[in-house]
Amino acid sequence: MNARYGMVIDLDRCTGCGACMMACAAENNVPPIPQATPRTGLTPMLVRTVSNGMEGSARREVFIPITCMHCERETPCVSVCPQQAVEVDKATGIVMQMPQRCLGCRYCMTACPYHARYFNWWDPAWPAGMEKSLNPGVAVRMRGVVEKCNMCHARLHSAKAKAAAAGKREIDPADYVPACVEACPTAAIRFGNFADPDDPVSREAHSPDAFRFLTRLGTEPKLYYKSKEAWVRALAESKSANAEVQHG
Amino acid sequence: MASSTFTDTRWIARGEERTSLPQFLLWLAPWAVVFAVGIYAAGLCLYYGLNQTNMDNRFAFGLWIFLDLGIIALGAGAFFTGFLVYILKRAKLQPILNTAVVVGFICYSGAVAILMVDVGQPLRAWFTFWHPNTHSMLTEVTFCISCYLLVLCLEYVPILLRNRQLRKLPSFLVFEHQLHKLMPVLAGVGTLLSFFHQGSLGGLYGVLRGRPFAFREGFLIWPSTFFLFILSAIASGPSFLMLVTAAVEKITGRRLVSQELFQRLGFISGVLLAIYIAAKSIDTLIWLNFTSPSVGFAPWQYYNYKPFGLPILFAEIVLFGLLPAFLLTYRRSAKRRGLLLSAAALACAGILLNRFVLTVQTLALPTLAFDEFLHYTPSWQEVASFGGVLGYGVIVYSLSYRYLPLFAQPKGENTHVSGS
Repeated sequence: MNARYGMVIDLDRCTGCGACMMACAAENNVPPIPQATPRTGLTPMLVRTVSNGMEGSARREVFIPITCMHCERETPCVSVCPQQAVEVDKATGIVMQMPQRCLGCRYCMTACPYHARYFNWWDPAWPAGMEKSLNPGVAVRMRGVVEKCNMCHARLHSAKAKAAAAGKREIDPADYVPACVEACPTAAIRFGNFADPDDPVSREAHSPDAFRFLTRLGTEPKLYYKSKEAWVRALAESKSANAEVQHG
Repeated sequence: MASSTFTDTRWIARGEERTSLPQFLLWLAPWAVVFAVGIYAAGLCLYYGLNQTNMDNRFAFGLWIFLDLGIIALGAGAFFTGFLVYILKRAKLQPILNTAVVVGFICYSGAVAILMVDVGQPLRAWFTFWHPNTHSMLTEVTFCISCYLLVLCLEYVPILLRNRQLRKLPSFLVFEHQLHKLMPVLAGVGTLLSFFHQGSLGGLYGVLRGRPFAFREGFLIWPSTFFLFILSAIASGPSFLMLVTAAVEKITGRRLVSQELFQRLGFISGVLLAIYIAAKSIDTLIWLNFTSPSVGFAPWQYYNYKPFGLPILFAEIVLFGLLPAFLLTYRRSAKRRGLLLSAAALACAGILLNRFVLTVQTLALPTLAFDEFLHYTPSWQEVASFGGVLGYGVIVYSLSYRYLPLFAQPKGENTHVSGS
């Protein structure tokens, strides 16, 4: 049976520590780019800080980890790519990016409403000695191509290889966990198969506190967020459509 | 007069008067500098990468895409004039045809050159032909622009072969004659290709579901911007041809085409502009009332971000739309050359503004509730690279004007052509 991998991120648990960002970078060989600005860096997982706009004791803040939402319907980045470098893997529901085929036109980046795609503005480079820590299972991307979260696809390959070696057709769910999920110290990020109704993460996605961003675009993102705070849940839709949000 | 050892008169058409070669070179010199700086800037971008620009992950398209879309629209005069002359048999537009081809060739070749710098991996450009995604508007753009540039080259060659020295070679003469017979076919092919790539450039943003400011419903697979771009391109193309011709007349001090032809071009431009503005107004109303609210965005909020306020929408529809459409079509204003050219300039400015709004404003606006409104200023490399295209255009046009019959009259026309 085809899987539909997705995540539920409990924003009430997120402390904004950035461990998910670090784990993502280490797992996926994301180079450190000292000359990058916040808008030119490579951050397939990015923790953003949002406040309710109030001051003093009324002020509240939330940390929102933003990564590719792996949209299921009308996936904005897939239809626009001129050379099929982006596709939705029907077996997993993961939106895959093929940097080897990417032209670097960045049309997919303009199409993504979540700003979850990143361009390699510089040549990848690591400080002397640090290249020894590179993950051999993940190819380094060259300058001039787009990249994004692929739900640690190398880990999925490893899990599949392990299952095949054991003569199994299906992977053990415990063998495939993305790096950000594994690294989160508060277990705020949970990963599961939404095609399995008994998967606890799948059930969590349907809890009353769960929401997704910009659902009215009709792209059916597979990243859910959770919060008991009404003002946080109100961030789900656009600022303009929810005049009462005002971050507070 | 230039000395006999430093002259190019034997390359200039018999009977044509042109400035001396040193003076001509002096005219070219600053443009050559602009071109050289552009080449250097583009070289930096190719060698060091697009970190030389001020684009970023949020502003992934910038000045280059805006100007590419702009000059491709303005260059539409090439295919549209060919269509009018060869397909609709409007022979009175013949005198402007050669210059339209050269302007179109410059616009398209310049745009393609900049696109090659704008992509992160230019050596992979052929991937689009090898692994085409038929659902992508950019695939359609790539195919049609590449093919149309080839058509423009084929249309430019016969003009090139009419050079005084090249005509002396019998094989060139035969080749030119054979190519000339192909012109109606090329005009038809060019029209078809241009129809699709002008439209696809509009569709490029119109299909972006994730950018509700640009997203439009449409007809079958094409968003409304597909049709609006075609209309606006064929409306502005003739106006741009008028402006180029008027500029050449001013610089050379010669009258190159008749006032009647200018008025004819102006009328075509004005009528099409009026149709475009009517269609755009309807489209805007549909977007304001249905399309944008249906995807969760209150459209008027977009105009709260300064400087992208409502005056831009007003300028696009009234100042750069209805006003020039009226001035170009109203007989009394069209008879006054200054007014006619001002109206043509307004029409072209309006189309550029439209491309700016669709490309730059779309990316500046937030989508997520916690996004900020973005600012972007192009780097000097971006500006200089496009300056290079301008320099290239002036050089190619100047050479073409000097050595080729750009403003030839059709047989039987008695319109005075100065300098010949």
